[in-house]
Amino acid sequence: MKQTDVIVIGGGPAGLAAALAAHRGGAQTLLIEREPRLGGILKQCIHDGFGLVRFSEQLTGPEYAERDIISFKQAGIEALTTTFVTRIKKTATGFILTAVNETGVLTITAKALVLATGCRERTARQVFIHGTRPAGIFTAGTAQHYINLLGQMPTKKCVILGSGDIGLIMARRLTLEGATVLGVYEAKPTPSGLTRNLYQCLHDFDIPLYLSQTVTRVYGEERLTAVEVCAVDENMQPIAGTGQKIDCDALILSVGLIPENELAVSLGVELDPKTKGPLCNEALMTSVDGVFSCGNALHVNDLVDYVSESGERAGTAAANFSCKQRAEIALTADANFAYLVPQRLDLNDIDTKTIIYFRSQRILENCDVVVTVNKQEVLRKHYSHLRPPEMERLEVDFATLNLTSDSTLSFKMEVR
Amino acid sequence: MKELICILCPNGCALSVADDQSELAVTGQKCKRGQEFAIAETTNPTRTLCTTVKTSFPEMPVLPVRSATAIPKERIFDVMTEINQILVTEALSSGTPVITNVLGLSIDIITTASLENTH
Ligand code: SF4
Repeated sequence: MKQTDVIVIGGGPAGLAAALAAHRGGAQTLLIEREPRLGGILKQCIHDGFGLVRFSEQLTGPEYAERDIISFKQAGIEALTTTFVTRIKKTATGFILTAVNETGVLTITAKALVLATGCRERTARQVFIHGTRPAGIFTAGTAQHYINLLGQMPTKKCVILGSGDIGLIMARRLTLEGATVLGVYEAKPTPSGLTRNLYQCLHDFDIPLYLSQTVTRVYGEERLTAVEVCAVDENMQPIAGTGQKIDCDALILSVGLIPENELAVSLGVELDPKTKGPLCNEALMTSVDGVFSCGNALHVNDLVDYVSESGERAGTAAANFSCKQRAEIALTADANFAYLVPQRLDLNDIDTKTIIYFRSQRILENCDVVVTVNKQEVLRKHYSHLRPPEMERLEVDFATLNLTSDSTLSFKMEVR
Repeated sequence: MKELICILCPNGCALSVADDQSELAVTGQKCKRGQEFAIAETTNPTRTLCTTVKTSFPEMPVLPVRSATAIPKERIFDVMTEINQILVTEALSSGTPVITNVLGLSIDIITTASLENTH
């Protein structure tokens, strides 16, 4: 049986940052990745725009990943690639992990775990579309995998449903490679992706964006031949009589991402219904002692820089982990918040700098985020706008606030 | 008056460019890079082109590349045609030019990942 201090599961940007931080924190660290190459989803994100916060440069996904992979290899951290974790058991002193790879079944023990398992895309099953189930319906990430890793074009003429960033990026990518993107259809009245992507991916290539419209039906027996699009009302219900049939050979879905937490759930980790990721404290420790979460497994990020940041935090905390009593209080947020991470603060382990990530539930202009302790205002920060597609980051010093287990710590948004 | 979005950072500031007496007045930027962007976008819009080239390696049949600096926007499809003719047969590392001075634009097309990283 192999023994280590920290096991990091997932070799994308969060896992690489976590493993490096754990290693630098003095822990013997092992990283497990199911794919043959490290880098996670960044391998197929060949567009630029990564790393502005962390490296003050606009890097492509593979370039961003390579920087971490080089540091990781230079540090001499062990990685098991093409290795699948099949089971994790919690014991009195840590964890026993079972994994398989071409050498057979491995059993490894560790004192702490970092789950950096990323996220997955919502699929056709999670979107309600009538009709047959022909080939030619895939997620934007799958299309990206085909084109950018396998060099195969999955469509000549397509419709994209959902205006998430990957969908926008793929609209441009498909167009560059000679496909026709007939339009991006978004059921919501506002786009989900970043404004810069609407501009440089759609506007640059004259690809139309249709808001408050959705795909209601697909046609075709073996291969998709057409889709029906329809206007929707404010409850996102199709409006009768607005249907329109559009000939195409593929429907590409960019309807959102969900944190991947199968392993976390198997360990009994409590999830936040808002983020769909684990409930965590400021050290990114989940409800299970010694299990840490980071990156897109924790909550879906829009910038990889913050994925790495959370990985680093989880890795550092995992290296320092020792089982002790927690005294956690909840961070509560009003209904203007789509979510807030971390959701808890451990008073036994309070730091002078707690990093808070949050998103607003709707578009808010000229507003303040206000933090109160027992209804007393302790912090106020002004934002010219808050938009759901844009994650915000806030640093708060909770150490000086004399918090006790009876304190009520609340976050609210106030429009000026 | 021209409306555009600054794409230099995720803030994506909405900029307006007013053409007053042969001078371009930019508003809406949160930082001064937005000003430069808006002027470039109005006079000579450029974009960094990111795509892939084919390789002869079955485990990595395509390799990501980009233009080393931004290229004129209206030349993007011409440059794509050039890039799509390339076949990489060596285990290049990232940052290696696969085309130098593409179409005489004084810009190289460079790899953004390493083929040797496969294993
Ligand atoms: S103007 Fe400055 S802050 Fe605004 S998007 Fe451009 S680079 Fe970013």
